[in-house]
Amino acid sequence: MYDIGNLYEATSIKNAIDLLCEHPKAHIIAGGSDVLVQMREGKLAGVDLVSIYKLDEMRGITITDDKSIRIGSLTSFSHITHNKIIEENLYVLGEAVDQVGGPQVRNIGTIGGNTCNGVTSADSASTLFALDAMIEITGKNGVRTIPISEFYISAGKVALEVGDVQTAIIIPHKSYDGYSGYYLKYAMRNAMDISTLGCSVNVKLSADKTIIEDARIAFGVAGPIPLRAKTAEKRVKSAPINEQTFDTFAESILEDINPRDSWRATKAFRCHIGKSIAKRALEKAIQRAGVETHV
Amino acid sequence: MVGKSIPRVDAFDKVTGRAKYVEDILPQDTLVARIYHSKIANGLVKSIDTTEAEKVPGVVKIVTCFDVTEKHYYPTAGHPWTLDVSHQDIADRLVLTDRVRFVGDDVAAVIAENDVAADQAVRLLKVEYEEYPFVLKPLEAIKPEAPQIHDDFKRNILRVTTREKGNYEEAIKEQGLIRVEGWYSTPIVQHCHIENHICTARTENGKIVISSSTQIPHIVRRIVGQALGMDWGKIRVIKPFIGGGFGNKQDALYEPLCAFLTLQVGGRPVTINVSREETFVSNRVRHPFNVHLISHLRADGTLVARKVAIYSNQGAYASHGHSIAAKGMGALAQLYPCEHFSAEAYTVFTNTPVAGAMRGYGIPQTMFAEESHIEDIIKKLGENSLNWRRNHIMPVGFEDTFSKNVHHYDSFNQCFDKANAYLDYEKKVELYKNQTGEKRRGVGMAAFWYNTAVWPIALETSSCRMILNQDGSLQVQLGETEIGQGADTAFTQMVAHAVGVTIDKVYVISNQDTDVTPYSSGSYASRQTYVAGFSITKTAQELRKKILDVGYRYTRVSVDLLDIVDNNLVRITDNKVVMTLADLANASLYDTDFSQHISAEQTAQAKSNAYSFGCCFVEVEVDIPLCKVELIDIINVHDCGTLINPALAEAQVHGGMSMGIGFALSENLLIDQKTGKVLNDNLLDYKLATFMDHPDLEAQFVQNAEPTSPYGTKGLGEPPTCPVAPAIRNAVLHATGIAINDLPLNPHKLFEAFKEGGLI
Repeated sequence: MYDIGNLYEATSIKNAIDLLCEHPKAHIIAGGSDVLVQMREGKLAGVDLVSIYKLDEMRGITITDDKSIRIGSLTSFSHITHNKIIEENLYVLGEAVDQVGGPQVRNIGTIGGNTCNGVTSADSASTLFALDAMIEITGKNGVRTIPISEFYISAGKVALEVGDVQTAIIIPHKSYDGYSGYYLKYAMRNAMDISTLGCSVNVKLSADKTIIEDARIAFGVAGPIPLRAKTAEKRVKSAPINEQTFDTFAESILEDINPRDSWRATKAFRCHIGKSIAKRALEKAIQRAGVETHV
Repeated sequence: MVGKSIPRVDAFDKVTGRAKYVEDILPQDTLVARIYHSKIANGLVKSIDTTEAEKVPGVVKIVTCFDVTEKHYYPTAGHPWTLDVSHQDIADRLVLTDRVRFVGDDVAAVIAENDVAADQAVRLLKVEYEEYPFVLKPLEAIKPEAPQIHDDFKRNILRVTTREKGNYEEAIKEQGLIRVEGWYSTPIVQHCHIENHICTARTENGKIVISSSTQIPHIVRRIVGQALGMDWGKIRVIKPFIGGGFGNKQDALYEPLCAFLTLQVGGRPVTINVSREETFVSNRVRHPFNVHLISHLRADGTLVARKVAIYSNQGAYASHGHSIAAKGMGALAQLYPCEHFSAEAYTVFTNTPVAGAMRGYGIPQTMFAEESHIEDIIKKLGENSLNWRRNHIMPVGFEDTFSKNVHHYDSFNQCFDKANAYLDYEKKVELYKNQTGEKRRGVGMAAFWYNTAVWPIALETSSCRMILNQDGSLQVQLGETEIGQGADTAFTQMVAHAVGVTIDKVYVISNQDTDVTPYSSGSYASRQTYVAGFSITKTAQELRKKILDVGYRYTRVSVDLLDIVDNNLVRITDNKVVMTLADLANASLYDTDFSQHISAEQTAQAKSNAYSFGCCFVEVEVDIPLCKVELIDIINVHDCGTLINPALAEAQVHGGMSMGIGFALSENLLIDQKTGKVLNDNLLDYKLATFMDHPDLEAQFVQNAEPTSPYGTKGLGEPPTCPVAPAIRNAVLHATGIAINDLPLNPHKLFEAFKEGGLI
């Protein structure tokens, strides 16, 4: 039995916005895989809920006129992973969300919920950071779109005002066109776990595949919110593909990440793992671009 | 019938959801109780303000430690009772207590109409404490200046025992001995059975009726009687299907409190449905051990003298107490016999969750220390891991002076041979020498022995009842409990074999009801198949005699010439079927002159037990930069005597190996050193190994019939967990050259060890 105050079931996005404005303290519930856990823990006990779960207009993946990929916020992890558009264009995102929890959670959990939760460990978030994803928010004054780096404000806090609903996540064409990506989730188990550290890399190679033309790397759990490793990105941009580049890249990571000491892992451990997985993820992304490296 | 992999007798009902567990059969009008647990590690509850909590709609009654006016201290361990006062378990629990000894102790309970109201009210209780200093580690708790947790146990030592053989101090004076020393430690782990403990209590006909998820219904009846100061016959305990226990439910958990609470509300049903968080903190855990081993050897590898110290962390209450450390010490004296042996084992109270029984009962901890240490010895000697063990392990014919257990066959070598052949171990020992690179392979092995059952330390008794139905089928009742391990299926096969009927004619009643079921102590110590073997054969003999006597009346064939074969009475001289068992049962019951409902009931006491042997061999790949161990392959080989049901035996081994894998690599209940609070009381943060963390698990057997068992069988429930962790540790050592003596071998530990060892 859950300690729920009132449950309001939205019939449309507009209705959801109205309900949220009428009940400003209410929480949005989508798949419930985070909200219900928090309620059970007593943190949100007695809270009012506005359910958007039945809003099918917020589900599905499409390619827009400008070749961007638009993912409805209610699209489940398993639907993302097994979607043709994702498989062909954004394999790394399908790979990342396929590492959330277990099969049941991936069937009920949504990418919108994963990002609106505002936690640094969300498996989709680091990859979306690495893809310069845009967040579409619908509120009482209409639709606006902001970069994901502006959507995340602080741990557990995102740029949603009362009455706002995150309606879609958009991956611009220039973010994925010609890029190859790899997501490395570092967790204590191979399933049913949150990442101790997550690293998502996107690379674009030169035509002859000897130079890294561009690299974007993002981390989860390396700070209070997901972050981009800008220093490391700069150092490998235009660098040749060789062991030295990988090592430079790995060492540079330490200038970008700022993990904390906690009982779940020490800072020293996270820094070491940060270096190790950054290197490995970069190599794997390059391998995916068709270059053989030793890993 | 015995030796065949028949399907589980409860498989259909379990997979179709028809098997009823406690939560499926709660009284419709039951109230629920939620417990307020201590938020401090050591101290005294000064007051509890229930004002706000009482106001929550749906709250029926709030019962606090101050309502426990009659203080009946009781023991919780699921041991058979003993009339010898000096051997009785320590009675140190109250159903609710103001003298709290760990974060999670039971202080008050809210009885309400539903969970939400109960939870809300628990959150509104205002409890004032007087806080005392606390101590969390046994090696600190035994210091004179440590806070005293129980008044009667100086330096917090529950008990210390020693074991001496030869003269250690003299023996080590020999010139030229090689000395190997090590400290080995194991973590707090929890059983993590699927079904959390749940119990429901109500009164009926002047009795308290309890349905509980327990391994030990008859013992729980006694403990509830002790906890409430009531006659034991006034307590009735029912055990329906249960979803695993692994020893956690070999303790009275919340049955005494639940019984107490129903009396507080006039006998209305009250249910305590324990959450996973409470299961981690306020049930039982495995005793963490610190083991100090010193061995002295001659250059030829002879073990000359050994010194052992075990420090077992009991947590806040006695529960199973010193039995665990004592069992571990016994194993160390025997696995690699040595002329001069000096050991001491301490069981020490600390302000941490209570340790009780858990699959293996001290042996997984001890085997981790022992088989890690043996590997270190072998490495120091520059010997071959397999050969050295072959030469020094418990020899054939070894007899334990205390238990009178005998090592009858060459079981260890037979097990080693199978595992070596499967894994190609010896070849890989060479193959993986001197590796470099980021990912390195290694192989490791470990042996173990485990004692089946508890004789001669405690009583071993089992009762069985068989009733012949009109159609020639049998109802069978045993006090031994099915807890998911497949006991009822094994019993079905054993009964069919002993009586002479087919499997489909045997109905083992799965539920135990202490008002109905004959007495046995329950499921623990890997005892049930072994001990029930005696009561089943004894009862079957009585039943067969009755059947044959009646058979003579109707067939006029001498009982000496009659046998029961495949549901028929058969004349043994020509194998002629002279009457079906169904006809006989019908004729006997409805006979207007000699009506007899044929049944039999016997109690058998076992005054023997048996060594169960085996080993684990593993192959790992260590990812050095990522500080991770991947299991590539793993095999356990067991000699647990003759298998009753090979498929179930294999399943039992798989489960035990899995538990060993978690113990070795990931599981660790963490305690905040500043507060004594458990940090990871949930299945996300407590890293129980998932399906994705296992390779295929290989289980093989050596079937040497155990001479002391009517079925040639001996314990298998716990043994599979015992050798896994040291085998993995030794494989990591082989792969990396780094010996890690502190479980679990998780990435945090590997990171520190690899840094220290210069690998990263």
